[in-house]
Amino acid sequence: MKKIARSELNALFAAISAQKQLYIPADTKAGQAQFTLWQDGIVLTDKLNTVRSAKDLFFPQVEQIVNFKVTGKTMEIIENRDVSEPFVVFGVRACDCRSFDILDTVFLADPVDTFYQTRRENGLVITMACSRPEETCFCGAFGIDAANPAGDITCWMDENALYWRANTQKGEELTATLSILVDCDNTAVASMQEKTREILKKLPLNDLDLSNFDSKKLLEYFNADVWTELSESCLGCGTCTFVCPTCQCYDVQDFDNGREVRRFRCWDSCMYSDFTMMAHGTNRPTQKERFRQRFMHKLVYYPSNNGGVFGCVGCGRCLQKCPIHMNIVKVAKKLKEAVK
Amino acid sequence: MRQDPLIPMLGEVTMIRTDTPDVKTFRVIGVDGKKPFVHIPGQCAMLSIPGVGEALFSITSSPTEEDYVDFSIKKCGCVTQWLHAMEVGQQVTIRGPYGNGFPVDTELAGKDLLFIAGGIGLAPLHSVINYCRHYRDRYGKIDIVYGSRSKDDLVDYPEILEEWCKEDGINVHLTIDNPQEGWDGHVGFVPNYVKELAFDTSKTVLMCGPPIMIKFTLAGLQELGFDKSQVYTTFELKMKCALGKCGRCNIGDKYVCKDGPVFRLDEMDELPDEY
Repeated sequence: MKKIARSELNALFAAISAQKQLYIPADTKAGQAQFTLWQDGIVLTDKLNTVRSAKDLFFPQVEQIVNFKVTGKTMEIIENRDVSEPFVVFGVRACDCRSFDILDTVFLADPVDTFYQTRRENGLVITMACSRPEETCFCGAFGIDAANPAGDITCWMDENALYWRANTQKGEELTATLSILVDCDNTAVASMQEKTREILKKLPLNDLDLSNFDSKKLLEYFNADVWTELSESCLGCGTCTFVCPTCQCYDVQDFDNGREVRRFRCWDSCMYSDFTMMAHGTNRPTQKERFRQRFMHKLVYYPSNNGGVFGCVGCGRCLQKCPIHMNIVKVAKKLKEAVK
Repeated sequence: MRQDPLIPMLGEVTMIRTDTPDVKTFRVIGVDGKKPFVHIPGQCAMLSIPGVGEALFSITSSPTEEDYVDFSIKKCGCVTQWLHAMEVGQQVTIRGPYGNGFPVDTELAGKDLLFIAGGIGLAPLHSVINYCRHYRDRYGKIDIVYGSRSKDDLVDYPEILEEWCKEDGINVHLTIDNPQEGWDGHVGFVPNYVKELAFDTSKTVLMCGPPIMIKFTLAGLQELGFDKSQVYTTFELKMKCALGKCGRCNIGDKYVCKDGPVFRLDEMDELPDEY
């Protein structure tokens, strides 16, 4: 265990930034936290979490995958992927850190998505334990400990200091370069962890119990009557998928700028009406089917394919941002009642 | 630089055959003059026209064709519209093959096979039929029921007449929806024709066509005594990656692009009715 005084945080960021690009959660002008490329003057946010999740750094909203040059009947394929350089992301919460494991099962499964793979290899994750989890947090339902997040390095912070523990070889290597950190014992961390766990116990969603979800009952969940009622007010705005750290559906689109065609991969949402639109129509004609797809995927389909692990990390972003106040917790509770 | 599965290779269209008023067959080879890849009958590939889009098509030719892959494609959207308008010598991009394909060397081996196709639904079965013809001694009797709106809508009619119909051990049963001048064959819809033909229930069925045809034909087959576990079908949904990642073709805990596109009908009963 190592530590550094909070007054030295800027010096720590400068030391990391001298080696690799460093992203930290900082407030935008509009006052919302987002991962921002650190430079002198960028200050760590005091908000619990970023509006958009840390997945952006590994699976960006838009990325260029290839170019084509078309001349008459012939064409040329030009490799032109966005450059990914080694980077450090600091201040990732336990929930977002777990979301990387979920994204890994998709993008690193054969055939490997090399765009994502390159960013994962280039990225070093420094997590930050939560000291003030919010009412919308429910990471505990997925066995995540907000007081002891994973990552290459884990940090804790109190009024006086930042505490630092390397967990992986990558983390050890970075730590070894940071002489600004000084050794310490884990007394302060243990006390912070205890405080956090006390708060976690009192959170309103702490009692969310998903243990009796059984993905073998897939068709029973799918055919449950509750979907009509639950989806009735859904606007199909896609905000939940946009802020979700585990949503990974994507679109591939071409843009012809007159000189060349650029092919992009960009985020998409199963909540959108054209997501499954084909020449002969769509297999999910109303918002009910689209709404059902999103929640069935997180709560039933993904667990069915991944040894019972849910496709949700309890970050609470969709609870905060849904304009009709619908969310995965309400859905899970209703489904549990409907299918026993 | 790593080769990403989303990045296609170049292909060249060396032959375009007009099959019906809205179906053409395109022959594609790699720009090195060789076949772009080796596939299993029933697998698909992504064709794209940069700037227009990329779409998944079933491979119509048999893997036993050593020099090329063929795609029979119906005109019904942006990409297909563009493909139909192009000329021989046009380069396109191609990547694949994708999906599981039909179990030609395992579950289908040694069986009497009944192919049932409607309209452009012949495209994926065409590959299997010619594969089975090539390795004729590995399979039992072959029956082919193929129906379309009219005689002019039968895809690759000359090959059916000149090759399939003339081969021993293959019975071809053609039907069209309405009577037509110059047609002395069967008239009527595929599901009814299948019932009329009262096939022996020992056969294994491979079926592809519009959903409504599949639904009624399956009911007819069950009336005849066939079990769902004897019937294979292949279908497609919207796809962007064909790699099991983009999320579009997800049905239940399956992805049509990698777990399909070929499913046995009893397996499909375990999937949500959303295709």
